[in-house]
Amino acid sequence: MKYKLGTLAVAGLMAASPVMADLVFPSLSYRTGPYAAGGIPFADGYADYFTLLNERDGGIGGETIRVPECETAYNTEKGVECYESTKGEGALVYQPLSTGITYQLIPKVTADDISMLTSGLGRTSAKDGNTFSHVFNFPANYWDGASVAVKHIMEQEGGDLSGKKIALVYHNSAYGKEPIRTLQELSEKHGFELKEVPVDHPGQEQKSQWLQIRRDKPDYVIMYGWGVMNQVAVQEAANIRFPMDKFIGIWWSGSENDVLAAGAKADGYKALTFHNVGSDYPLYDDLKTHVVDAGKAAGAGDQVGSVLYNRGIYAAMLVAEAARTAQEIHGVTDISSGQMRDGMEQLEITEEKMAALGLPDFGPEFSVSCENHGGEGFVAVTQWDATAKEWNLVSDFMQSDQDVIQPLIDEDASAYATENAIEGNC
Amino acid sequence: MPEQLAFTIEVFMNGLMAGVLYALVALGFVLIYKASGIFNYAQGVMALFAALTLVGIMEGQVPFSHLINAILGTEVHHFGWHVPAFLAIVLTMVVMIVLAYCVQRFVFRYLVGQEPIILFMATIGLAYFLEGVGDLMWGSEIKTLDVGLPQGINVWIDEFTFEATGYGFFIDNLDIVASIVAAILVIGLVMFAQYTKQGRAMRAVADDHQAALSVGVSLNFIWILVWSLAGFVALVAGIMWGAKSGVQFSLSLIALKALPVLMLGGFTSIPGAIVGGLIIGVGEKLFEFLIGAPFLGGATENWFAYMLALVFLVFRPQGLFGEKIIERV
Repeated sequence: MKYKLGTLAVAGLMAASPVMADLVFPSLSYRTGPYAAGGIPFADGYADYFTLLNERDGGIGGETIRVPECETAYNTEKGVECYESTKGEGALVYQPLSTGITYQLIPKVTADDISMLTSGLGRTSAKDGNTFSHVFNFPANYWDGASVAVKHIMEQEGGDLSGKKIALVYHNSAYGKEPIRTLQELSEKHGFELKEVPVDHPGQEQKSQWLQIRRDKPDYVIMYGWGVMNQVAVQEAANIRFPMDKFIGIWWSGSENDVLAAGAKADGYKALTFHNVGSDYPLYDDLKTHVVDAGKAAGAGDQVGSVLYNRGIYAAMLVAEAARTAQEIHGVTDISSGQMRDGMEQLEITEEKMAALGLPDFGPEFSVSCENHGGEGFVAVTQWDATAKEWNLVSDFMQSDQDVIQPLIDEDASAYATENAIEGNC
Repeated sequence: MPEQLAFTIEVFMNGLMAGVLYALVALGFVLIYKASGIFNYAQGVMALFAALTLVGIMEGQVPFSHLINAILGTEVHHFGWHVPAFLAIVLTMVVMIVLAYCVQRFVFRYLVGQEPIILFMATIGLAYFLEGVGDLMWGSEIKTLDVGLPQGINVWIDEFTFEATGYGFFIDNLDIVASIVAAILVIGLVMFAQYTKQGRAMRAVADDHQAALSVGVSLNFIWILVWSLAGFVALVAGIMWGAKSGVQFSLSLIALKALPVLMLGGFTSIPGAIVGGLIIGVGEKLFEFLIGAPFLGGATENWFAYMLALVFLVFRPQGLFGEKIIERV
């Protein structure tokens, strides 16, 4: 009996103990629930990139990679549970695809000395590395998105927005409200009128909002939506015959999911992005050979090249390169989470590096520093071709208006630092 | 016509149309509650499941393909055929009848005589189970539902009202179709309940199931019938809402829109669901237009619908058309 109990105890310990030799990149995914359609391709891309590194290169610096996946169903409480249950496995960095989970994890990751990357989501002022020591949001944030949307509209209007009317249709949540302050500042600077049109969660019924837009006749509509709100908004915009090329969504409103339901009527709809589109890159050939055709893909392989799959690939590439940087800085391959943070903080993404990785022109060049955890804020515009059923990049990566955004970031970060008695990281 | 008045009329008409869509969801709740006293939490998920099944059948998708492929190492996803919309609707209805049978046979048959809260909890379990099965059967991606319903602005109304008032009203073709379908559905359901043997048996069970049993009405059959009818209503609601947003898992959240309608119209009245839907639709849209957007920053519809229903509840706790419960000591 004692022997049996002893064996059980040893087995239990073995099962519970972390496997310390791997580089661990937990994936807080959501493959179920109302937002699964967005969560699945991202999680697939994230996992497939690491599988490729393991299969083709033997991991990063010779260390194999492990991606423990935990289902959050886009639920903040479950997300926190997932963090707590995976951090002990030697987690190096988290990328919760949720602003709600991000806000909950900011103090936790800081206390646990684990990094968190929230590209294009989360708390925008986390760009201030002096205040947010463990949170990163390169290469772009919500305010960069708002600024570049206005910049693109200015280009369309010949550089002058005075007297123009821009409506912001937004998810009535902390996420959706993020760009309001930036757009108000930009409206003052450029002389356009801003109309704010909130849509309550989940956004299945938006008749009032689009009747309001039909009455107000804005020149452009910018949308910060997520989930079903996007599909309904694109459909309703088409219903009132709003010109699609004057309707610009943030990157969370710019995937195939958001436009396919509206069919041909979605043709010309625009969305912002911080990475490129399609699958015409050398890396995707390797993915096909080593992951998809080898039967090792995280999903069915049918999402490869979609916008959110690419975002997952890009997210994985960024932290893999940060891990590589950390290995170089510290001269060890089996890095700790603290060393990973150093790698994140000294990450530099150049065109040469992306080309060498098989992803030429896949995203903007940027560098991270102790003070700047968010990069330079370069964002591009994509446009939906309903006939070919594909997104095309229709602009270069443009830098956001840092004169407007940086003071806002400083202000918000300073308020957070005061509230939480943070003395400064740099 | 003054511009503000034209806008108000346009909002009012769109509120009526939105109300019809809410009523379509509420109808399924009413049918089951009326016949069995069960508040079916799973009604929204049934609409989702029905719509998923419809799209799956239309596109010739292999059900449980991810599971089959994972277990057998195969790569099957589609049968290679496309089923016409009408036939797919019929086949989906068959699936909903099978579902109704299973729900009765494996869940509620064992819960006869239990407290309403137990039955309610069972429907919560059913909702999560159905959501999971739907996911496993047809996948989580957003599906385009095209059964040939017209969508977009009705040009005739736009032009006619423009000539008459100087402002062209926006009415969505899909909403017009939904209104016609809802009207046919309600008339059909009322006629079924009034003039058919099964309908009368259904009403008998609703009034007093023990008395109905004593005169030879089969409770099992009636409950399967009622769940099938609710499945049919869910399918109609799933088609209408799915055509707008694509078929996706948030479709199950349309149940939230039905709750204030039920509170207002009563849980036991089919006409109540329609009238309740119209009042909620018009009320929330007018409030948003006249007060919400100009003075409160907008996005008032969700909470206003519940507030309106609560105000009605103060004066008529049983809802506008609900049966008044009189209990004597």
